[in-house]
Amino acid sequence: MEYLLAAVAILSVAAFVAVPLRRSGSEQPAAIAAAADLEDLEARKLAKYREIRDTELDHAQGKIDEQDFRRQDAELRAEAVEILSALDDQKSTKPSS
Amino acid sequence: MNAVGAAALFVAFLTAIYVVVSALLGTRGDSRWADSSRRAVYALCALLLIAVLSLELAFLRDDFSLALVAQNSSTTTPTWPYKLTAMWGSQAGSLLLWATVLSIAASAVLAMTRGHHREVVPWATAVMGGIAVFFTGLIAAGIAFPGAETWPFAALSPVPVEGQGLNPLLRHPLMAIHPPMLYAGYVFFTIPFAFAIGALITRRLDASWIRSTRRFALIAWVLLTIGLALGARWSYSELGWGGYWAWDPVENAALMPWLTGTAFLHSIMVQERRGMLRTWNVSLIVLTFALSLLGTFLVRSGILQSIHAFGESKVGPPLLILIATILIGSTLLIVSRLGDLRSERRIDSLASRESFFLVNNFLLVALAAVVFWGTFFPLISEALSGEESSLAAPWFNRFTTPIGIALLFVAGIGPLLAWRRVSLAGIRRSLMIPTAAAALAGLLAWLLGDAGGEPLALVLFVVAGFTIASVSQELIRGAAARRSLTGDPLLLSLGRLVARNRRRYGGYVVHAGIAVMFIGIAASSSFQTSEDLRLEPGQEARVADYTVRYVEPTESIDSAQQSLTFGAVIEVWRDGEPESMILAPSREYFSVNSQSDGAAPLRSFFEGEATSEIGRQEGLTTDVWTAIQPDLSSLDLVMTKVDRQFAQRIEQIEPGDVEAMRQLATDQGEAIARFAQFYVLNSPAANIRFNVNPFIFWLWAGIGIAVLGALLALWPGSGARRREVVSDIYAARLARELASSPG
Repeated sequence: MEYLLAAVAILSVAAFVAVPLRRSGSEQPAAIAAAADLEDLEARKLAKYREIRDTELDHAQGKIDEQDFRRQDAELRAEAVEILSALDDQKSTKPSS
Repeated sequence: MNAVGAAALFVAFLTAIYVVVSALLGTRGDSRWADSSRRAVYALCALLLIAVLSLELAFLRDDFSLALVAQNSSTTTPTWPYKLTAMWGSQAGSLLLWATVLSIAASAVLAMTRGHHREVVPWATAVMGGIAVFFTGLIAAGIAFPGAETWPFAALSPVPVEGQGLNPLLRHPLMAIHPPMLYAGYVFFTIPFAFAIGALITRRLDASWIRSTRRFALIAWVLLTIGLALGARWSYSELGWGGYWAWDPVENAALMPWLTGTAFLHSIMVQERRGMLRTWNVSLIVLTFALSLLGTFLVRSGILQSIHAFGESKVGPPLLILIATILIGSTLLIVSRLGDLRSERRIDSLASRESFFLVNNFLLVALAAVVFWGTFFPLISEALSGEESSLAAPWFNRFTTPIGIALLFVAGIGPLLAWRRVSLAGIRRSLMIPTAAAALAGLLAWLLGDAGGEPLALVLFVVAGFTIASVSQELIRGAAARRSLTGDPLLLSLGRLVARNRRRYGGYVVHAGIAVMFIGIAASSSFQTSEDLRLEPGQEARVADYTVRYVEPTESIDSAQQSLTFGAVIEVWRDGEPESMILAPSREYFSVNSQSDGAAPLRSFFEGEATSEIGRQEGLTTDVWTAIQPDLSSLDLVMTKVDRQFAQRIEQIEPGDVEAMRQLATDQGEAIARFAQFYVLNSPAANIRFNVNPFIFWLWAGIGIAVLGALLALWPGSGARRREVVSDIYAARLARELASSPG
């Protein structure tokens, strides 16, 4: 009985996991790497936005003085702009899959 | 149904192997194999759930043809919760639980990262699959090696008519959920570990792997926190020694990954924000996962003496090999990637949040190292000197208390600081209120609680006051800053501030909870009143400002559980309070007769497991706690005489004389009932432990607050849509600035 049930389970699992393998053609490694680069940049962008928000909040709470805040805020925004432009570059050169 | 479960479990092992193979093929760039491996993980999860379900059905149906059911349940075991939770009281069941929770967590993370991290995910899947192969393989090995007792569907022949029942120590509602919480906590650390390995192999070592797995690390932390708290609560209310933490090896085993996991949750924020601590973060998650496996090893190997000794088994060596493989392999991988793990930046100033995160990490890891040394000292000492000696609670307390105080102080300072650097005027302004609150807390503890004689407790109150005030100030200042921008009322501003910054303020709430917990620990351990009394019924004694009176003994018999309970009614008055409190501690003795020949029906109750039921009155400021240890020496003669009579009677019964056996059982039942009544009539003296634990309620409340804070940090925002809107706003602003900037 166990053997029969095991055979049924194996066949069911095999049919389920084989679905993607029947697909013709796979995404190119270069496209996968480009997508990963894009995700890295997106993650950096969101982290940078959070950093800007935190700095604004810290400034509003009086933890950072005006001069430091202006300098830090300008640095963070410049870094954010760098990330945004890198994102634009990445999106414009994204290889087709 | 058992056949279905057995077949599903065996195919799960084969599927886990397929997960590894297909994921490794997927790492070569063919996304079809990666997709196939993801589907295989879903299939693995379904198969393991089928196996668990069929095993649970076997417990519900009292199917004693399975050895697992016969050894851990009986027809009289209550269905809820014990029949349903008896599965993980056994080794085979707990291994199945490990594999099943892993497959659930792996399915969740793969569903969440579908279409993302396509370089890292196949490697991470292979690692998760490898761990699943280990655990399902260990389970399946039980088919070939029945002595290992890892195969949960092992059949028993001949089939007994009754099972042995659940280990009495596990017959407590908290014990039904404490083990799966700890195990799930351990298992969820697999996810960030697997992604860290994937990120190392593919050299994708920025913060994106952290972003995808941070929630799983936080879930693991919440589960471990709840598991540890439930264990402590069980120890407090069931073990009869009056404490909640005994530095038991298995308790320590769960504490170590909790400590390093806490460090990881802090240090990943530094990597996300500042691109620093990359080597540290991957090392920390490897260590946390290895310690999680070590926790499983300590529970299951029985290598160290522990109240959890019911876990002794033969799976220790394979677990140790797995831990060694993970540590060595991960270390080699980290060393080979040191160039890619270099930090993007350096710390700007010592007066910054990131530098205090470093201090926090150092303290947490130091604490874990102390606990590790204390836990494994018996093994180390045996290896070096041939003599086993262990380190007791005072040794642990000597090192952990100062580190704990320093950690609490850092938890209070951290929220006051900004990232990068904070101005001197800012620090001064931020410190004023928390410092005043700390001084006030110290003064109150000195005046009201006589804390002068307990300097460490006094310092703890001061630092806890500082931390709670620091967190409160952060919340109020943040709300005030938001109100000045939006014009909303303060409470609404506070709500919106927290909702918009769940992670930040959830973390602060955790800090406040930990501070409250420390107040409970400091007060209950430093100002506890404890007295061991020996009283006869009707006698009373004075303990501090309490009068304790042993009113009368009690007895009860639970034939379903085959247990005999001797207890006491105790009346307690506190000076100056109009009403007394009635407490009813007891000791429950579980018979071992079902496993013997039934020749000693009375003594069999006192040769097996016994549990304490605590008589307790909980309050916000004091917890009056009593446990009883009946003095049975005066019953010894009666017990011996009655048991001898039954032993002689059994010798005279002809084999197969069913009627005589039935009569014997009836007479034994009557003898047990008369013996219980004799205890009450004879009214022997009892040893009563009477404790007054101040502020212990705040220990549990603090843990509850910390868990709520972590859940707040975990709670998802209103989704990607809002994040995108915010992002777009910033993008537009940044774009405008870019356009207007020169050059």
